[in-house]
Amino acid sequence: MRAAALLVYSPEVRQEVADSILATEGVCKRFGALLASDNVTLDLHEGEIHALIGPNGAGKSTLIEQIAGAIKPDKGKIYFRGHNVTKLNTAERARLGLARTFQISALALEDSVLQNVILGGLGAQGRPYRFFKPVLASSALRETAEAALERVGLAQLARTRAGELSHGQKRQLEVAVALTLKPKAFLMDEPMAGLGSSGSARLTTFLSELRHEAPILLIEHDMDAVFALADRISVLVYGKVIATGSVDEVRILPEVRRAYLGDDAWDC
Amino acid sequence: MSREGWINIALILSLLAVPLWAQVADEPFLITLSTRVAIFALAGVGLNLALGLGGLVSLGHAAFFGIGGYAMGILASHAQSYAPILEVPLLIEGTKSMPVIWLTALLVSGLVALAIGALSLRTTGVYFIMITLAFGQMLYYFSISWPAYGGEDGLPIYTRNNFPGLNTLDPIQFFLISYVILCIALVFISLLTKSSFGLALNAARQSVRRVETVGISTYRVRLTAFVLSGMMTGLSGALFADLNRFVSPSMFSWQTSGEIMIFVILGGTARLFGPVAGAALFIVLEHLLGGISDYWLIFLGLLLLAVVLFARGGLIGLLAGSPSRSG
Ligand SMILES: Nc1ncnc2c1ncn2[C@@H]1O[C@H](COP(=O)(O)OP(=O)(O)OP(=O)(O)O)[C@@H](O)[C@H]1O
Ligand SMILES: [Mg+2]
Repeated sequence: MRAAALLVYSPEVRQEVADSILATEGVCKRFGALLASDNVTLDLHEGEIHALIGPNGAGKSTLIEQIAGAIKPDKGKIYFRGHNVTKLNTAERARLGLARTFQISALALEDSVLQNVILGGLGAQGRPYRFFKPVLASSALRETAEAALERVGLAQLARTRAGELSHGQKRQLEVAVALTLKPKAFLMDEPMAGLGSSGSARLTTFLSELRHEAPILLIEHDMDAVFALADRISVLVYGKVIATGSVDEVRILPEVRRAYLGDDAWDC
Repeated sequence: MSREGWINIALILSLLAVPLWAQVADEPFLITLSTRVAIFALAGVGLNLALGLGGLVSLGHAAFFGIGGYAMGILASHAQSYAPILEVPLLIEGTKSMPVIWLTALLVSGLVALAIGALSLRTTGVYFIMITLAFGQMLYYFSISWPAYGGEDGLPIYTRNNFPGLNTLDPIQFFLISYVILCIALVFISLLTKSSFGLALNAARQSVRRVETVGISTYRVRLTAFVLSGMMTGLSGALFADLNRFVSPSMFSWQTSGEIMIFVILGGTARLFGPVAGAALFIVLEHLLGGISDYWLIFLGLLLLAVVLFARGGLIGLLAGSPSRSG
């Protein structure tokens, strides 16, 4: 079967895993009876967008959580920039240059948009242990933050409280914060959700450029965006990667056709 | 300036004006009351850093208050009996010097806060409340059962400690010492709130994931806040002991932790001057109602209920409205 042919992780390809910037190797995660990650091995190359698609509940976010360090895998390893980061926590992985955006946005909602972005710059700078100098007076932090807001198109809203943003704008804000980290790789969990068609077209153009700054592991339900953006696509079903390949290879898979191209839905 | 700014200025000036007027009118008791307000406010300012800004509901801040108190008590009692605290391996003698006592109180309460925080900050929510409470109670029972410094009966200190150039036994001068320390603490907190650290601490309260995701350890940020918070409350304990010239295990009791928390909540959680307003209100009520009825705590309870249900911003919130944002 075609799907089987696309399971590319034969021994000689393992070398490639070691060369890639980010890789998971045999990651397993069980929630009670539910196998949320079933021996997941995938990787992210420099300069690419690797899209992760699959039906609701397939375990996409769970995989991202494990890569980011928020959930510990039961089994398997995670490599980032040549380091085995499996035992590092979220903050340590972030300091290595792993940036992420959340499916359900995680922001300081009482703070202004600008303050949220400045927090990113603070993290990138290293230690936030300065007690006397007003943080907003730091022109370096401010400039980085304003440039990041400009890039995602939120510059006008810098003084708005983050809690007052729409869902789509919150996603954009998360992308802006991620930008200030000058990361070596991005993990993005459904950044297009809630954006509307003009917003997602904009973000599509933006991400397309962004991959050259740092590669992106992208979870996305918006198939137009995925097909437009992805260099490679992995299909996750019941926690298992059933296929990895180029857009053309993946879009003809029966599972994908059924789910995304009008045949009956995937949910069970 | 914002409305809250004006209210803060009015508050801090009143706290100065009342004892100055009392000095002129020869009402020493009012000066003592004002001194209590300043000292309790300082304890509250300390807790407010953890509770208000950091979202860390510590029910064990009496631990630091008591440690500050006993730092003063132990140093001063050795000084008045001329018996060194330690001879081997090095000679440590008691002292009646306030600055030395304050530094000791800051240092020891900081170290204890580091230990308590390092363990309790691994938990959150109710567990955090219970662990901080448990540490406070441990110190309480320890102070009761340790006979060397008075045990259950507490430890009287016969004269107030010294501050170079001042007559600390003069109520107004001791008030001014406490008042200036409170002002320094308030300036520190107002700077901290706007600083890098303040931004990180404030964000950690709102979303741990957000802060971790940018590479900042929320554990370390909170631990730092907890230590600073404990140090300020510890310093207020040393001043409180000096005000009363007496230290007792009740400084360690959970009622004390509760009272410090009441100052913060009454005045307005996370508001710079919340603890000042709260401590003032508490002392005024205690004085007015406590005189009429022994059941004044019932009134306090009702008031607290009203604040929690209808005025989350406490007294400051009631007067100044929602907090203004910067940035
Ligand atoms: N902490 C958890 N405890 C128990 N079960 C969990 C937990 N997190 C996720 N799950 C379950 O694991 C499965 C995978 O969830 P996950 O959020 O990773 O799916 P997803 O592919 O991101 O779905 P969606 O497209 O809806 O975002 C789901 O069935 C979910 O209910
Ligand atoms: Mg998901």
